[in-house]
Amino acid sequence: MSTVAKFPEKIHVASSYDVRKIRKDFPILHQTVHGKPLVYLDNAATTQKPLAVIEAIENYYRRDNSNIHRGVHTLSERATEAYEKVRVAAQKFLNAADHKEIIFVRGTTEAINLVAQTYGRKNVGNGDEVLITAMEHHSNIVPWQLLCDEKGARLRVAPINDRGELQLDEFEKLLGPKTKIVAVGHLSNALGTINHVRDIVRMAHARNIPVLVDGAQAAPRMQVDVQALDCDFYALSGHKIYGPTGIGILYGKTKLLEAMPPYQGGGDMIASVTFDKTVYNRLPYKFEAGTPNIADTIGLGAAFEYLNQLGLEQIEQHEADLLAYATKSVEAISGVQLIGTAKEKAGVLSFVMEDIHPHDIGTILDTEGIAVRTGHHCAQPVMQRFGIPATARASFGLYNTREEVDALVKGIRRVQEVLG
Amino acid sequence: MSELRELYQEVILEHSKKPKNFRAIETANHKAEGFNPLCGDHFTIYVDVKDGAINDIGFQGSGCAISKASASMMTQMLKGKTETEAEGIFTRFHDLVTGHAGDGQDLGKLAVFAGVSEFPLRVKCATLAWHAMRAALNGDQEAVSTE
Ligand SMILES: Cc1ncc(COP(=O)(O)O)c(C=O)c1O
Repeated sequence: MSTVAKFPEKIHVASSYDVRKIRKDFPILHQTVHGKPLVYLDNAATTQKPLAVIEAIENYYRRDNSNIHRGVHTLSERATEAYEKVRVAAQKFLNAADHKEIIFVRGTTEAINLVAQTYGRKNVGNGDEVLITAMEHHSNIVPWQLLCDEKGARLRVAPINDRGELQLDEFEKLLGPKTKIVAVGHLSNALGTINHVRDIVRMAHARNIPVLVDGAQAAPRMQVDVQALDCDFYALSGHKIYGPTGIGILYGKTKLLEAMPPYQGGGDMIASVTFDKTVYNRLPYKFEAGTPNIADTIGLGAAFEYLNQLGLEQIEQHEADLLAYATKSVEAISGVQLIGTAKEKAGVLSFVMEDIHPHDIGTILDTEGIAVRTGHHCAQPVMQRFGIPATARASFGLYNTREEVDALVKGIRRVQEVLG
Repeated sequence: MSELRELYQEVILEHSKKPKNFRAIETANHKAEGFNPLCGDHFTIYVDVKDGAINDIGFQGSGCAISKASASMMTQMLKGKTETEAEGIFTRFHDLVTGHAGDGQDLGKLAVFAGVSEFPLRVKCATLAWHAMRAALNGDQEAVSTE
């Protein structure tokens, strides 16, 4: 008996981008969930790891494990070299001017807290203002609220329009003499909106206000050039760029980092200690107290290498194609409404369904093997802005295919069938 | 698949679309909010207790099919019951949806929630209104949260 091909052959291959081959690099993708092939569309929450990353971590523990920046023995030297090589790779990944400007942290959340607690505490005072946008992730809201509460400062929020785009003119109006720092997301995890960071930076710098960019969602999806953006800080999470959890990066301009007090005290961050006086270490070590997450840093290095091999531009193009295809397909289903329809978007498709709660959508899609996120996506103010409790969100990664989008569409129809 | 049908039984879908006692009660002498910060489900439960028994009970708010149906059927079940009986039913319902009880036949119509035990992530949905009801009867002021 001849079988009908499961999917029509309309695989889109962006020039040399071979998604079928790429999928082979990710062991986790090849499994079934509830008897169906796994369709992983929760990449904005975390991405899966290529074999190269998994093996780099294992090899480190098998061969090189030892503490860094301390011993004179061979293993310590190897571990230190491997660790510092990742700093240089991160510098190149972000096109930072100097590797000293790369601080290893736990993730985006810690990077933002670091800046709020050091730069913020030093420079934000009573009556001052911190400016963010209405589409921020909680991790780019709460650290600033804590700071403002402590200092008697005020958190200002630039509004977004019905498509989920930042209203730049309103944003500019909120920049004033009291504004001490601006913190904006590069790409919204709840809406997919790409912010015009370069314009934002230009407006802020015209008034001598520094800008922190939350790059958690942009880093895996577009080529980031911190010098071209001219931002003062850039934060990202390793686990969202196909690397391990527990490691992330804070980029900061040298001049700012040097003027900032340290974040945590301990070993490695000091040059000399007496009970009378401690001299802090130079950059970047001033901000890296204690034994860091060496293994995952090395895993992150493997992720950089992997991404460089594929090429961020190629990945960006592949995901743009997927998003366009998914938008068209999902939009066409009656009873489904997209949330977040910015002209410039990437990676994220948030939607709601008439009379069906996102939580029920998530459960039913899961029984079809499809992993999506449902809820407020750590962006409750965004949900409030659109007057909804939650959305269902499909978010794409470099290994997703058009066939998986087709599976999602089928899954959504199944949701309507079961709950209709 | 059959698991899904177990979860989303007709009765549950009907109650989620047309919930019973979906109203605030003016005379309520007990009231509490239930809130699931993870998914944004949010209900207010109103109870009017007279002589140790639930004279009237209603709810308002929004949530998924499971949480809404559970709230609706809870109000039907508890009307007329004493506070002690309500507590007993709470415990048995909780055991049912967490898979610690049999088929729930002693719970009458609420037995349709037995399927929830196959979906551990949905237990919080099924019990949200119940926790709020209990908080209302206990006179707790704070909104209860499933987290
Ligand atoms: C836009 C955005 N910012 C910040 C974060 C926080 O990242 P992490 O939890 O890795 O610190 C996330 C992750 O969900 C995000 O999507």
